[in-house]
Amino acid sequence: MTLRATIRARLARDFQLDVDFSAAPGITMLFGASGSGKTTVLRCLAGFRRPDAGRVAIGEHVLFDAGRGVNLHPGQRNVGYVFQQLALFPHMTVEQNIHYGLASLALDARRVKTQAIATSFRIAHLLDRWPGEISGGERQRTALARSLVTDPALLLLDEPLSALDHVSQSRIIEDLRTWNAARGIPILYVTHAHREVFALAEHVIVLENGTVLAEGTPEEVLEAPAHEPQARLAGFENFFDATVRSVRPDAGSMRCRLAGCDVELEVPRARAEPGARVRIAVRAGDILLANQEPQGISARNVLAGMIVSMQREGATVILFVQAGATFEVHLTPGASESLALAAGQRVWLVIKTHSCRIVSTRA
Amino acid sequence: MDWQAIGLTVRLAVIVCVTLLVIGLPIAYWLAFSRWRWKFLVEAVVALPLVLPPTVLGFYVLMAIGLRSPIGRAWERWTGHGLAFTFEGLVLASLLYSLPFMVQPIASAFSQVDASLVEASSLLGSSRWRTFVRIIIPLSIEGVITGIVLSFAHTLGEFGVVLMVGGNLPGVTRTVSIAIYDQVQGFQYGAANATALLLLLFSFAVLSAVYALTRKPWSVTRIS
Repeated sequence: MTLRATIRARLARDFQLDVDFSAAPGITMLFGASGSGKTTVLRCLAGFRRPDAGRVAIGEHVLFDAGRGVNLHPGQRNVGYVFQQLALFPHMTVEQNIHYGLASLALDARRVKTQAIATSFRIAHLLDRWPGEISGGERQRTALARSLVTDPALLLLDEPLSALDHVSQSRIIEDLRTWNAARGIPILYVTHAHREVFALAEHVIVLENGTVLAEGTPEEVLEAPAHEPQARLAGFENFFDATVRSVRPDAGSMRCRLAGCDVELEVPRARAEPGARVRIAVRAGDILLANQEPQGISARNVLAGMIVSMQREGATVILFVQAGATFEVHLTPGASESLALAAGQRVWLVIKTHSCRIVSTRA
Repeated sequence: MDWQAIGLTVRLAVIVCVTLLVIGLPIAYWLAFSRWRWKFLVEAVVALPLVLPPTVLGFYVLMAIGLRSPIGRAWERWTGHGLAFTFEGLVLASLLYSLPFMVQPIASAFSQVDASLVEASSLLGSSRWRTFVRIIIPLSIEGVITGIVLSFAHTLGEFGVVLMVGGNLPGVTRTVSIAIYDQVQGFQYGAANATALLLLLFSFAVLSAVYALTRKPWSVTRIS
């Protein structure tokens, strides 16, 4: 079964949601910054919000069709939804939460289904506990089990795992994949974390300002971003205006001079002639940093510079290095300590040709 | 001690409380979830008895149920006697007087129920009624109990409205607070003291029972 959705909805006076996409069985990431319209897409699919126009269908099952006046009530849609805050019923045990959607079944059948799904999601030992008594990961598993016990034809996940560490995240997703292997329903997973996209998705839809910006595998969408907004979402921090100086078709590369300085970078060849203006994107984590001038190194770009500032944010040390242009560089705390880095220090930046991407400035 | 007045007052309070619960729940539901733009007018009307002097409310009720009003005449045709200075008239006046004490705590509790719980319930196939009974009521139970207790206690102790609408007829409209007033007026301080003490102890017992009963087992431990 494949989800096909065309949704148009006016969210604010100057913000229009206008998307057209499909989601095959398996996990499709709906990826975008906050305010891009991701959650509204889910709410339209679940029936909490009526789009102004469009059509939503899972296979032959039409959930919404503005043209024919079809708009199924959420309870008739056979759609599972895991809310960002999970929305577990706090006054019901884990078992009662999972039971809740099975009201039409006899008690015995409910017990069997509840036991089966609880086993699949490894919470069978928690059935008589209150949601307030179990861990965050266990609550996520309970919310998934509650949504899936009714055998929905579509599962919607609204940033359900953003509060968990990576290991718990991927364990839960593994269990979800295992459960879905036999059923093959589309799972639409909303996130703004590009790390989750790499780790979890088979297919990515990038949403920006209420429209689909790009679509494809995580590698296609995040490793070769075509546009600057998409590149920002995909975790590129450095953007430079530059002019093409020379093109080397045999090496598949070209040299570009950054605007406002005489720094040149060798970048992958793009469809551009010498003299053309381009925009170059570089991930802060893809830049190597040396405290003495590197010798005999394969990377084509070595720039001398000086550390302007450095600060630690979680497990990342963020440095700004003035090397003609200002580069943002991310290091691990261990690397930063072993190089004994400090603001004002002289350093060399090492950037591989293929760490540089040519992006277009407009979507 | 005026046992007749005590029995009458408890009967009045129970009838008013149960009736208010029946009409208060839908009103509170509507107030909590309606998005009608003129909703504030209804809110103001419901809250009016909170700020009106009891004599003003009592005066209007007396006018409304008197034999010159359509309501009073209809009642007389139906039952053969008027509403003013009867127990039924007292019930009607008390319903109006205590309405906000039932509706406001419940409406406030309803509107604090997380909207995503209601959405989750409807997505899991529940009707509005089932969501109301299984999700909204249990999560608002403290507000509901508060509404019941407040409106009961408020009816128990009302004075001005009773005097205006019911007068002071033993066994018909003489409530405890009027009995105490009478006793004090007649210099029967001993009897007044006994009646007042009984009311005090009763109120304390009810409130203690309510607070003991509304402890939620599921909110005692919470790991975030």
